[in-house]
Amino acid sequence: MNALRILVADDEAGMRHGVMRALRGLSVRLPDVDATVGVEVEEVASGEEALARVDVQPPDILLLDHKMTGMSGLDVLHALQQRGSEFLTIMVTAFATIESAVQATKCGAFDFIAKPFTPDELRGVIRKAAEHLTAQRRARELAEENRRVRFDFIRVLGHELKTPLAAIENYLYLLRDRTAGEYVEAYERPIQRCLCRAQGMRKLIADLLDLTRIESGQRQRTFEAVDVAEIAREALELVAPVAEARGIALALAADGPVVLRCDRAELEIVLNNLVSNAVKYNRDGGRVDVAVQRDDPYVRIVVRDTGIGMSAEESARLFQDFVRIRNEKTREITGSGLGLAIVKKIAGLYGGDVAVASTPDAGTTFTVTLKPAGEAQADDAFARDDQSLAV
Amino acid sequence: MHATDRSAQGHATAAELRLNILLVDDDPDFLESLRIPLEAAGHTVTTADGVKAARAAFDQQVPDIALIDLMMEDADGGFTLCHAFKAKAPQLPVIIISAVTSETGLDFDAATPEERAWIKADAFLAKPIRFEQLEREILRHVQNVRS
Repeated sequence: MNALRILVADDEAGMRHGVMRALRGLSVRLPDVDATVGVEVEEVASGEEALARVDVQPPDILLLDHKMTGMSGLDVLHALQQRGSEFLTIMVTAFATIESAVQATKCGAFDFIAKPFTPDELRGVIRKAAEHLTAQRRARELAEENRRVRFDFIRVLGHELKTPLAAIENYLYLLRDRTAGEYVEAYERPIQRCLCRAQGMRKLIADLLDLTRIESGQRQRTFEAVDVAEIAREALELVAPVAEARGIALALAADGPVVLRCDRAELEIVLNNLVSNAVKYNRDGGRVDVAVQRDDPYVRIVVRDTGIGMSAEESARLFQDFVRIRNEKTREITGSGLGLAIVKKIAGLYGGDVAVASTPDAGTTFTVTLKPAGEAQADDAFARDDQSLAV
Repeated sequence: MHATDRSAQGHATAAELRLNILLVDDDPDFLESLRIPLEAAGHTVTTADGVKAARAAFDQQVPDIALIDLMMEDADGGFTLCHAFKAKAPQLPVIIISAVTSETGLDFDAATPEERAWIKADAFLAKPIRFEQLEREILRHVQNVRS
C-alpha cells in the first residue's frame, strides 16, 4: 500500500470540507508491515456517486454519511454488501445511537463515528481501520503463501513417487513380455532394482509421515530423560552392516551418558538421518565420527564424515523439502530428500538448530543443538514458522 | 543405410532398421529398462547417465536417433543437450522424454512445426512410456529423415 485511499461520501459540502481538512497531511503508521503511509482523499456528494466511484476505483476506506438525500448510507451499505467489496466502511452518524451503530455493523460497516467529532477522533478511527486493513491483507497473503507451498510440496511429491514407479513398471513390462528370454536368471537385476526402488518409495512415505506428524502437531509427544549417546550408538549399529561392506569406520565420542529430556522417537529420527547420510555420502574406506557433547543448556550432536562434501551453494539449499544434491557423485545414492528438512524441524521444536560445514571432496560436518523439552517450548520456533505445512 | 529402400515402401519395422540409439537419462533404472528391450529388438544402444556422458558419446559416434530425458542435473538439461545435438547434426531425430509435464504445468508438445522449432526436438513423450509407443515413434522419425 503506497497511500491509504479514502473516499468521503457526504451530501453536506461543509462536512466534506471539514473532513478533507482534518485528513490532509495525515500519515498512518502500519506496525504489521513496518511502514508509514500517507492518505489520498476524494469526495463525492451522494450515495449514488459513491457507488459509481467505488466501482471504477475502490478506495481502502469509505467514510460514509448515514443520512443523505437520495440513497442513504444504509442503502449504500446494502448495495456494497451485494458486490462483496473488500474495503472498509466507516459510517458517519448524526445521532450516536446504539441502534444505528448496530444496524450499520450488521450491514457490513467496519466502524462508526458520531457527529460532531473532532479531527483527532476522525484520525483515530481512520488509523484503526488502516491497521485492520493491513492485518487482513497480511493474513490473506499468508494463506495464499501456505496454499502455494502446500501445492508445490504435493507437486514435487507426486514427481518423486512417479519416477520410481515408472522404473518399476518398465521392468515389469520386460518380465511380462519375456523380453530378455524365458530364463528367470536373466531378470535378476531388474527384479533387484524393482525391490530397491520400491524400498525407496517406502522410505519416502515413512519420511513423509514423520514430517506430517511433526508439522501438524498431531503426534503424541512423550518427554522423558533420554541418553543421547545411547541413541547415537543405536543409530551407528543400524548402519554398521552397510558401513562395513564399504570399509567405512564408525566411531562415537561421548563422555558417559548425556541425558536430554525429549521425545525418544524424535531424537532417533535426528540421529538415524544424520548417521545414514554420513555413510551414504561417504567414500569407500572413509570414516564417520559422531560426538555427543553437553553445552548447557544445549546438547550438541556432531556428525562428521569424510565423504564427497558439497559446495556452499548446495549447503544453502540443503534443508528445504525434497532437496537432494544432484550431481554425478550422488547419482547412485537414493534418498527421499526429506531427511534433513525433518531434522531441522525437530531441532526447531527443541529450541535448537542444525548447522552444516562442508568441503567438496573432503567431507561434511553436521552440528545439531537441542534444548531440553519444556525449556524449548517457550520459544518454539516451529509454531511461528510461516512456511509450515499441514499436508 | 541398408534400410533405406525398405522404408521407402513403408514396411520396415524398427527391428529391421537396426539403429544406433543414444539413450540419455539420469535414472539408471530408466536407462536399463529401455536398453534391454531396445537391444532385444536388434538395436545397438549407448546409454549416458548425464549431459557430460551424452556429449562424449555423441562426439564418439553420431547416433541414428537420440532419446533424451528432459530433467537431469539442470532443470532443462535435456533441452540444452537437444540444442547442442541439433547444432552439430541438424538431421538427427531427437525425442525428448519427461515425467514433468502434468505436475509442473509445463504443458508443451512437439506437434506443430512452431513447437518443434522452439523445442528443437522432433517429438515429446511423457513418462511413463510404453515400449511399443517408443518403438513406433523411433520408427516414424527415423523414416521421416530417410524418406
